[in-house]
Amino acid sequence: MINLPENELNLAFTASEPTVLSQPNFWRRAGRSLLHDPVALCSFAFIALLAVVAIFAPLIAPYDPLRQFSNGLSYVGAPVSPNGHFLLGTDASGRDVLSRLIFGARVSLLVGVVATGLASLIGVVIGTVAGYVGGVTESILMRFTDMVLSFPILLFCVALIAVTGPSTRNVVLVIAFAYWTYLARVVRGQVLSIKEREFVNAARTLGVGHVKIIRKHIIPHLIPTIIVYATLGVATSILIEASLSFLGIGVPLPQASWGEMIYEGQQYFQSAPWLLVAPGVALILTVLAFNLAGDWLTDILDPAVQEMGS
Amino acid sequence: MTSWFLRRLLQMLLVIFGVVTLAFVFAYIVPANPARMVAGPQASPQAVASIAHQLGLDRSVWSQYVSFLGRIVHGNLGVSFALQGRTVASEIWIALPYTAVLAVGGILWEIVIGIPAGIIAAYRPRSVVDRFATFGALLGLSAPPFWLGLMLIYFLAYKVSWFPLNGVGHPLIWYMILPSFTLGVGGAAFYSRMVRTTVRQVLRSPFIEFARLKGMPERTILFRHVLRHALTPVITMLGMDLGYCLGGVLIIESIFGIPGVGQLAYSSISTLDVPMITGTVLVAAVFMVFMSFVVDVAYTFIDPRVRLNRGR
Amino acid sequence: MKTPARDVPLKVEGLKVYFRVRRAFGKARAIKAVDDVSFELRSGETLGIAGESGSGKSSVARSLVQLTRPTGGTISLAGAPVTNLTGQRLKRFRRRMQMVYQDPYDSLDPRMSVHDAIGEALSVRGLPKAEHKSEVVQLLERVKLPATVAERYPNQLSGGQRQRVSIARALAVNPEIIICDEAVAALDVSIRAQVLNLLKDIQHDTGVGYLFISHDLSTLRFMADHVAIMYVGRIVEHGTSEEVFSNPQHPYTRALIAAVPSVTSRGHRRLKLSGEPPDPGNPPAGCPFHTRCPEAIDQCRTERPELVTFDGAQTVACHVVQLGRARVAASGETA
Repeated sequence: MINLPENELNLAFTASEPTVLSQPNFWRRAGRSLLHDPVALCSFAFIALLAVVAIFAPLIAPYDPLRQFSNGLSYVGAPVSPNGHFLLGTDASGRDVLSRLIFGARVSLLVGVVATGLASLIGVVIGTVAGYVGGVTESILMRFTDMVLSFPILLFCVALIAVTGPSTRNVVLVIAFAYWTYLARVVRGQVLSIKEREFVNAARTLGVGHVKIIRKHIIPHLIPTIIVYATLGVATSILIEASLSFLGIGVPLPQASWGEMIYEGQQYFQSAPWLLVAPGVALILTVLAFNLAGDWLTDILDPAVQEMGS
Repeated sequence: MTSWFLRRLLQMLLVIFGVVTLAFVFAYIVPANPARMVAGPQASPQAVASIAHQLGLDRSVWSQYVSFLGRIVHGNLGVSFALQGRTVASEIWIALPYTAVLAVGGILWEIVIGIPAGIIAAYRPRSVVDRFATFGALLGLSAPPFWLGLMLIYFLAYKVSWFPLNGVGHPLIWYMILPSFTLGVGGAAFYSRMVRTTVRQVLRSPFIEFARLKGMPERTILFRHVLRHALTPVITMLGMDLGYCLGGVLIIESIFGIPGVGQLAYSSISTLDVPMITGTVLVAAVFMVFMSFVVDVAYTFIDPRVRLNRGR
Repeated sequence: MKTPARDVPLKVEGLKVYFRVRRAFGKARAIKAVDDVSFELRSGETLGIAGESGSGKSSVARSLVQLTRPTGGTISLAGAPVTNLTGQRLKRFRRRMQMVYQDPYDSLDPRMSVHDAIGEALSVRGLPKAEHKSEVVQLLERVKLPATVAERYPNQLSGGQRQRVSIARALAVNPEIIICDEAVAALDVSIRAQVLNLLKDIQHDTGVGYLFISHDLSTLRFMADHVAIMYVGRIVEHGTSEEVFSNPQHPYTRALIAAVPSVTSRGHRRLKLSGEPPDPGNPPAGCPFHTRCPEAIDQCRTERPELVTFDGAQTVACHVVQLGRARVAASGETA
């Protein structure tokens, strides 16, 4: 599942002019409009909260996520439902679900952010080079992008993990290797239109070098797109990581990943539904928060879309 | 027209060739020791060596690649390692009908939910319906399908027994309702958002205003103008969407116990059945490339402008 | 500021700019945007190029500053050929010829302050960063903008102010020639006059040469010393401003001038232009103007007229005009 801005087609084909980030008071105005948008505000607040939870997990979690409590299992050996001691109950091994959930935030955010960062880097470099240089270079790079894009993203990740072996590092690399293509395509489209603009021509006629033109006149105009895609990319990466873990080939076992928790919980879900509800809700809220944040950023950074919304 | 068609055909073949090459690289070059992977950690060195020979791993990369290509051209995807003596192609062939029904069902859900929701939301922006649709769409995009599937099973199959728990049986449709719905929810959400955006754009375009001024009934405007424009991007997405569904079946089939291609891929991962993994991924990718070709060609017949704009 | 030597001419000979266009339905074909165009421009002078959109005047500008490579012909600056330069030599050449663009809203990077935009040009000139600030102020002063503008961003400036900043940026590298491609077309009439006067002042002070491209003949009449009229990639009439405006010969020139109310020339037959200029990818045989020319004769449909000297510096590419001159000459002999 890939979440792209719904105006992806517009972005790719017409590359509408993004807002001027460096224009004075931009961030102050953005902040003010954020205050007037409770949904977006909640999303950013949730993301911030999540980051705090992930960073300070050992301080926040009530217990060690790997500890198997003797009182964590009922006398027939079943998971214990939520109670005063275990706020979200325990799992089939007698481990505290809340603690595992809190440590799981680490995995999700780490994989989401690092994979997206890597994907953005690759996507921007390839998209920019393809768009700016053009010609044969562009053809080769874009055909390669098309090829990677032809693989269904989840199936592609699964197959890659299957051959490289499951590890946190591989999960990150595989997701990055699948997601960069989306950014590369959009970035190329934007660069194609930016490089035809008069201010780029003006810099060229002045004799400004290509590297400097890319750095000073092209990359700054890509930043809104990159921000939007990166935000949505975090949501996508988290979902892919959860899916991989759910299939048993994600982040390796003792670590508590949300997908992993759902995978383990599904065997008991008829008797212990909380094993599914807690990590499921955590996943939905996290992905939703990133999607909503991405939506808001699309609105604020792209005046064409903003206009449409009113 | 013919030259455009041939160029596009050639481009498709090129991408398929690249996809096959990429699959080869991942199956044979990326793993440090594919034979050991196939044989499993407990296998004896002799077994590993014999498998290496069987896979042709003792030959040069180039000759492996050439024979890999040769096999693929003849539709030979190799022999499964986990399921002794069965060819990958025949296994996929047996599993395919289930996946096809599931994927088509998923797309039907996407269209049946996504398009009307998008149109209604666009006609009444900021209304309760719009907000509901928008939020529902975001929720649909954000909910992991495997979790959604489990919830549906828990409430609709386990708690109230409206639907079968899992597996397949007669009539097949009955067993496919929940799985295809789970598969389609994400796409429905995506379509509703996309349709909403396009319809809103169309509704404020001058020709709609003109049609209204002319006194054309709103229904006619909707069916003759709005729908046509709103469906254009949807058609483009359909090709990509099938691929998305193919990725999704992996998880859906494993949750609902449907013996389709996704289940095949899933079980081959746990047994590290490399020929089977490569085979299923390859079939999915080639299918996707082919679909995007079909969509492109179909599109050109619908709207000749596309040819000129897309000529790259 | 250094004053460039007065004797630096820009010489363009047989310039050709073709674009290859691939059609969905068939083979590639060439669009001759500029076909065999020659002219000269001296420092301190202004050459105006006029024509409808699609006449190839902007392609001339873009090939001069090497944004598009010319397909053929030579461009030389101060006697040295500048076509097909690469690397450092291209960079050094670029500073000598600058351009002011048509769209004031697109020619300045919206993410760069005025100071940074002009500073970029100063860096190209090799001026150390420390001296940028005072130099920027000086340049702004030269285009009659207050020093406070330096800290502004393009979206905080009016169209006229932006165009002045563009001019300042061009001046920052001390060019010998500035190409103004419809540089005032997007401005209000009142502001247009101010910018034109500014350009004239700058020319007076620095001796820079202008290649002034415009579809607006009244602007050209005000600015240009020489005028060239282009039609579908070719120059159809060329001469001093005085010659062309007061005694236009080519039917196309006459039609253009007739269309401008205030510049209507005395006593000449008024001509009305109808129809569209032909597709430059598929120009008609013979004189490209014959499809719209009320005076076309059979020869015009088959044979392409060459530029022939009419009188003084004035050259015209028209069979009818030549025929008329021949007739006058003949009658003069018999008389």
